[in-house]
Amino acid sequence: MNATAPLAATRTVKLVYFAWMRERVGVPSETLDIPADLATIADLVRWLKTRGENYEAAFANEAVVRAALDQVHAKPHAALGSAREIAFFPPMTGG
Amino acid sequence: MTPIIRIQHEDFDLSDEIAALSYGRADIGAVVSFIGLCRDEAGTLAALELEHYPGMAEAEIARVACEAAARWPLLGLVAIHRYGLVRPGEQIVMVLAASAHRRAAFEAADFMMDYLKTRAPFWKREHRADGTLGGWVEAKAGDDDAAERWNR
Repeated sequence: MNATAPLAATRTVKLVYFAWMRERVGVPSETLDIPADLATIADLVRWLKTRGENYEAAFANEAVVRAALDQVHAKPHAALGSAREIAFFPPMTGG
Repeated sequence: MTPIIRIQHEDFDLSDEIAALSYGRADIGAVVSFIGLCRDEAGTLAALELEHYPGMAEAEIARVACEAAARWPLLGLVAIHRYGLVRPGEQIVMVLAASAHRRAAFEAADFMMDYLKTRAPFWKREHRADGTLGGWVEAKAGDDDAAERWNR
């Protein structure tokens, strides 16, 4: 029997980074095909950290990294849903 | 009441904004303004560089403004936040809250600033007076505490 490896389902998202997250990842934004079975922001972070030392450095202290889904603040356990733009950034220091 | 929210590099003028807010109306009895300025940190700071998340910055401040409008009987609300390089002595942020009476205006302006600091996607980096690039400014736990007190 010919076993054909199933193609892993992916979906395309835009990732954007700000402040020291941008510096550590090395780009302000990128378009990536992520595994469709990543359910939450925390799952995405875990996957990103396997992609290179720059991501590992950026997410070294995950507890301080904030995220937004389609420009709305979201917690690590939040479902990615159909979000197209996912942002990661340090705690905000405006005002 | 439609909040006015502007994210811009250019400076702003408080009296122009108050005049625009109150032009042609006589129902406003109180306007409270807050302006945040760039400090020189005892002469060590040459400028603050403000990075922001275009799109989300406007959207998030609008969400905070809607919450303020739901909590207080406001007749006007203005929030202006600058980005880019801001030098010591220059203005960074302005909030104006207008109401029939002062209490609502004071509280709404206070609320806006507390949430603007903890939720609006802006990040400050220091440019030092000695020509070196300083680090990213760290968020203060006290800012989170200040925002949290509105939930009590």
